[in-house]
Amino acid sequence: MYICDREYDIIVVGAGHAGCEAALACARMGCATLLLTINLDSVALMPCNPAIGGLGKGHLVREIDALGGEMGKNIDKTGIQFRMLNTRKGPAVQALRAQADKQQYRLSMKAVLESQEGLDLKQELVEELLIEKGKAVGVATQNRAKYRAKAVILCTGTFLNGLIHIGLTSYPAGRAGEFSSVRLAQQLPDLGFLTGRLKTGTPPRLDAKSIDLSSFSAQSGEDIPTPFSFTTEKIKQPQINCYLGYTNPKTHQIIRDNLDKSPMYCGLIKGIGPRYCPSIEDKVVRFAGKERHQIFLEPEGLNSQEIYANGVSTSLPLEVQVSFLRTIEGLEQVQVMRPGYAIEYDFIPPTQLKPTLETKPLKNLYHAGQINGTSGYEEAAAQGLWAAINAVCKLRKRTAFILKRSEAYMGVMIDDLVTKGTLEPYRMFTSRAEYRLLLRQDNADLRLMGYGYRLGLIPAPQYQQLQQKRKSIKGELLRLKKSMVSPHEKELPAEIVIKASCSLAQLLKRPHVNYAHLEALDKKSPGLSADVIEQVELELKYEGYIARQLAQLEKLKQLEDYTLPAKLDYQRIPGLSTEVRQVFGRIKPVSLGQASRIPGVTPAAISILMVYLKRKRSSQ
Amino acid sequence: MALNSIQQAQVVPGSPTQDTIAAISTPLGAGAIGIVRLSGPQALPICQYLFVPAKNNDEPPASHTLRHGYIIDPQSKARVDEVLITQMRAPHTFTKEDMAEINCHGGIIPLKETLALCLAQGARLAEPGEFTKRAYLNGRIDLVQAEAVIDIISAKTQAALQAAVNQLEGGLSEKIKTLKQQLLDILALVEADIDFPEEDLEIDSLKQIATALIPLNQELDHLIATFSEGRMFREGVATAIVGRPNVGKSTLLNQLLQQERAIVTPIPGTTRDTIEESINIGGFPLRLIDTAGITHTQDVVEKHGIKRSRQALKQAELVLLVLDGSQPLTDDDRKIIQAATGDNKKIILIINKMDLKQGVDPAQLQSLLPTDEVIYLSAKQGQGLDKLTKAIVKRLSGSDASDSEGAIITNARHHQALIKTQRALKQVMATLEQGLSPEFVALDLNEALNALGEIVGQTTCADVLERIFSQFCIGK
Repeated sequence: MYICDREYDIIVVGAGHAGCEAALACARMGCATLLLTINLDSVALMPCNPAIGGLGKGHLVREIDALGGEMGKNIDKTGIQFRMLNTRKGPAVQALRAQADKQQYRLSMKAVLESQEGLDLKQELVEELLIEKGKAVGVATQNRAKYRAKAVILCTGTFLNGLIHIGLTSYPAGRAGEFSSVRLAQQLPDLGFLTGRLKTGTPPRLDAKSIDLSSFSAQSGEDIPTPFSFTTEKIKQPQINCYLGYTNPKTHQIIRDNLDKSPMYCGLIKGIGPRYCPSIEDKVVRFAGKERHQIFLEPEGLNSQEIYANGVSTSLPLEVQVSFLRTIEGLEQVQVMRPGYAIEYDFIPPTQLKPTLETKPLKNLYHAGQINGTSGYEEAAAQGLWAAINAVCKLRKRTAFILKRSEAYMGVMIDDLVTKGTLEPYRMFTSRAEYRLLLRQDNADLRLMGYGYRLGLIPAPQYQQLQQKRKSIKGELLRLKKSMVSPHEKELPAEIVIKASCSLAQLLKRPHVNYAHLEALDKKSPGLSADVIEQVELELKYEGYIARQLAQLEKLKQLEDYTLPAKLDYQRIPGLSTEVRQVFGRIKPVSLGQASRIPGVTPAAISILMVYLKRKRSSQ
Repeated sequence: MALNSIQQAQVVPGSPTQDTIAAISTPLGAGAIGIVRLSGPQALPICQYLFVPAKNNDEPPASHTLRHGYIIDPQSKARVDEVLITQMRAPHTFTKEDMAEINCHGGIIPLKETLALCLAQGARLAEPGEFTKRAYLNGRIDLVQAEAVIDIISAKTQAALQAAVNQLEGGLSEKIKTLKQQLLDILALVEADIDFPEEDLEIDSLKQIATALIPLNQELDHLIATFSEGRMFREGVATAIVGRPNVGKSTLLNQLLQQERAIVTPIPGTTRDTIEESINIGGFPLRLIDTAGITHTQDVVEKHGIKRSRQALKQAELVLLVLDGSQPLTDDDRKIIQAATGDNKKIILIINKMDLKQGVDPAQLQSLLPTDEVIYLSAKQGQGLDKLTKAIVKRLSGSDASDSEGAIITNARHHQALIKTQRALKQVMATLEQGLSPEFVALDLNEALNALGEIVGQTTCADVLERIFSQFCIGK
C-alpha cells in the first residue's frame, strides 16, 4: 500500500472537461490540488464531436472565461474553424462555435495543467472514496495507493459502469479503448446514492483519403474569426473547411433492413439517450417521411486524416455502418477508421446535490459533469468550475458561490439540475433561460468578471480593464443622450430623416441606424473600441425588451432572496399536501424561488410556506 | 422557455407591498349590497380615478371616512353604481397596506363591473385568503392566527380549484387547451429556429407565424366574448326545466316564481307558444326556455313531451332536470337524462315529491349521472327550495357563494387571463411586423402562454422541448 505523503486540499477525479476546469480553479485559488486520471494521454479528450460552442454552449464558454476558466483560451489556441451562429438574429441568440484540432486541444490543455503551480497530475484509476464521519477525505486507487484531501470532486464522465455497444456486441469501457470504472460505481449506491442509467452515442470516423470531397459542399468559417476568450486578441492558427452532404433513400433502406442488429432496437440498451442527438437509426425510424438527412464531414485536426461524420451517430454493426455510408454520394469508397458506437453509463441523479454541487448524503464530496446527467464538454466544464469554486469557498468558510438564473446560463443549468433533475442527458439550450435577453455572450464579462476577480481567478489588470470598459459604456450612453441633432443639420445622412430635434441616443434606437451612421453628425465621438460601441448600441436598441425582462426579474426577486433554513422539517408544516412535503424534503430548496420551480409545487404551497416561516420567525 | 419560458418561474401572489389586489368580499347573491375591497399601493389612486363624489369637494378625502358618490366607467363616462366608499391609509388597516372598500348598491351586476374596472386599472384579482395572508405577513394578525391563515389558504385553494374545474367542464376547457397547444406549436417553431440554426429544419420565415396567429386571435376574441360574465347578466342564463310529464315541473316553476318574488317579464317578440320568462335567483337572472312546454304538459302526449325537452335542452346553459322521486325510473327518464348530459351544460338534478314514499334507487341515478349534485325537494309543499336556490347560485358563480373571501372570482380570473393572452398576442403581431428577431417573438409568445397557463396549467420548458423534438428531426 502506497500512502501519499502529501495531504491535498482537494482531489479531482477525472481529467475530462469538468475535471480540468475544476483542478485548475482549485489550484489557482491557492489550494493544494491533485488531479487523477485513468489515462494521462486522454486529458481533455474530445471523445465525440470535435467542436466547442454552439447555442447556449458558446454562452457557457464565455461565462467560464469571465470566471477565469480555461476552455475559451484553449479553443482559441487550437480551433481550426470559427463561426458565429445566428448572425441574422438578435444579439442574445448569437453564439460562437469552433471546430477544434482534437489532439492539439488535448495537448495544449495538458500543458496548462502541468505548468499550473499547486497542481499535481497523476495517472490512477480511483476505486474507492475514503469516507470518515459522513465526509469525503480522500480516495483509494487500483495501484493500491491512498490519497487524502479535505474535499473530493468526482468528474467521472461516462466511466461509471460504462458499457459500449456496437451491433449486438457489448463490452465494458469508459470510452472506446479505455477502462471503465466499476468498483467506484459499486461503492456509490452503498454510500446512499440513487443511480440512473443514460446512453449516448458517437458517429464513425472516416479516412479523408477515401472520400471524394467534390461531392460535398464546402463550408468555410469566418475570415476573421471571433475568439471565445475575452483575453484572446487574435486567432492565429490556419482555418479549414467542413463539408456538407446528405443521406438518401438507399441509405435509409439499409438502415431499416438492419434494425434487428441495432442494440437500441433489440432492447439491449436500457439507458435513456438524448432526444436532441438521435442516432441515424432513430432519425430514419422516427422521421420516416424525411428523404434525406444532413451529414457534416468535420476534420478532427490539421495533421489528421480522421473525419468526424456528424449526423450519423450509430451503434449498428461495423459492416452495416460501412454499407450505409457507401450509399452516400462521395463516400462510395469510404474507409471507416473508427466505428461509431453507443455507450451506456451510470449517472447520479443531480437532485441529490446542493446548489453548490456538494452531495447531500456526503459532506465535502462534489459531483460535476456527465456524472450529473449532463452531456457536452461545455456543460461539464462549467460544472467543474462551479464545483471547484464552491469546494474552495467551503474549505475557507466563505459564502457559497451560486449564480442566479438571471445572472448566467451556468445558474440556469445548476438550478435546473438540482431542482428538477433530468431524464435524458441534459444539454443547454437558450430556451431554458427565462432571462435570455440579459444573458448574452457579448456581456458575459460585464455580468461575471467581477465575481471572477473577487474569487482570485481573474488577475487585477484584466479586472481594471473591465472596469474601464464599464465606465466607457456608461459615459458614452450619457453623452449620446445629451447630444442633440437638429432637423436642419447639414451632415445628416440620407437614410436618417428627423422631423424634430432629437438626441443621438434616440437615433441609435432606430432599427436600421448604427453607430457608424452617426459618424458625420457626431463630431465629439471619443473614439471608442468596438466592444464598447457594441454594448452601447445593444443597450439603446433593446432597452424596451431588456426593461421588460428586468421588470420580470424584480417581480420574482423577493422569492429568490427569501432563503429557507437548511433544517426545515417539511413533515411538520400544516396545510401542505403529502406529495409537496415529500418533494420539499427531498430537494431541500435553498430559497422560496427554488421551491417554486420544483415540478408539482403550486403557488398556494409557497404561500403556506411563507406564512409558516413567518410564524416560526416571530415565535423565536 | 424563455420559457420557461416558458419555464417559467411562477409568480407567487401576495408579496407584500408589491402589487394591489382586489376582490368582491361579500357573499354573492345574498343581498343587494356588496363590497369591493382593494389593498396595496395602488388602492387609493385606483379609487380616486374611478370614484366621483356626490358633492364636489376639493379637499383630499380624510382617511377612514365614508363618502357618498358614484363609480364611473372612465371610458364610457357612464355611472356604474351609486356607492359609499372608504379609503384607508396604511398602516391602520386590516392588511397594514393602503386599502379601500367600495360599498355597491345595485346588486350583483354593478358589483362585478366595479371589480372589473379596478382590475382594468391595474389591480390584480386576490387569491383565496390573500387579504388575510397579507394581514398576517404584515404583522397585523397575531401569532395564534397563523394556523388559521394556512387553513384558509389551503381550504380556499381547494374550493377555487374545484370551482375552476366546474367552470371549465366540457367544450370550453377543450377550446382553451387547443389554443394553448397551438401557441405551444408556434413557440416550438420559434425556439427550434433559435436553438438549432445548423439543422435542416425547413422552417419558413417568421411571416408564416403571423398567418398562423390570425385564426388564433379570432378564436380568442370569440372566447372572450362568450366568456364575458356580462353576457350572463345582460341576457340571463338560458335555463330549461325538463322532465317527463307529471314529475312536477310546473309546480316547481310556480314555486320558484313565488319563492323568489321574481320579476316575471314576458319577452316580446317570441312566438306565442314559446314564451320566455325570466326569474331572478340569488342575483342571477334565469331565462326560462319553453315554459309553454312545461305549463301545458297535461295536454301533450308523452312522446311530444320528450321531444319538447330535447329542443329546450339544445338551447339551455343551465338544466333543471326533474324526476319523480315516488316512482322508479322510467325509460323516458333515462332518455331525458341522456339527452341532458351532452355538451357543456350545467345540470342540477332534482328529485321531486320527497314528501311521498321514495321509489328512485340512488345508486342507479349515480350510474346515470355520476358527477352532478342531487337536490331532494317537494315542490308541492315548498320544501327544499332553499337548497335548490343555493345550488343554482353555486353552479352559476362557479364557487360556493356562501364563502365570502374571493367568492365568484374564478370566472373573473379566467376572463382576465384571456384578456392578458389577447394583449400578449397583439404584442407578438407587432413584434413580427417590426421584423424583430425570433427571441423577441418568443418573449411575447411566452407571455401569452403564461396567461393561458393561469387557466389550464403552466407551460414548462420541458413542454416546449418535447414539441421541438417531436416536430423536428434535430441532431447534427
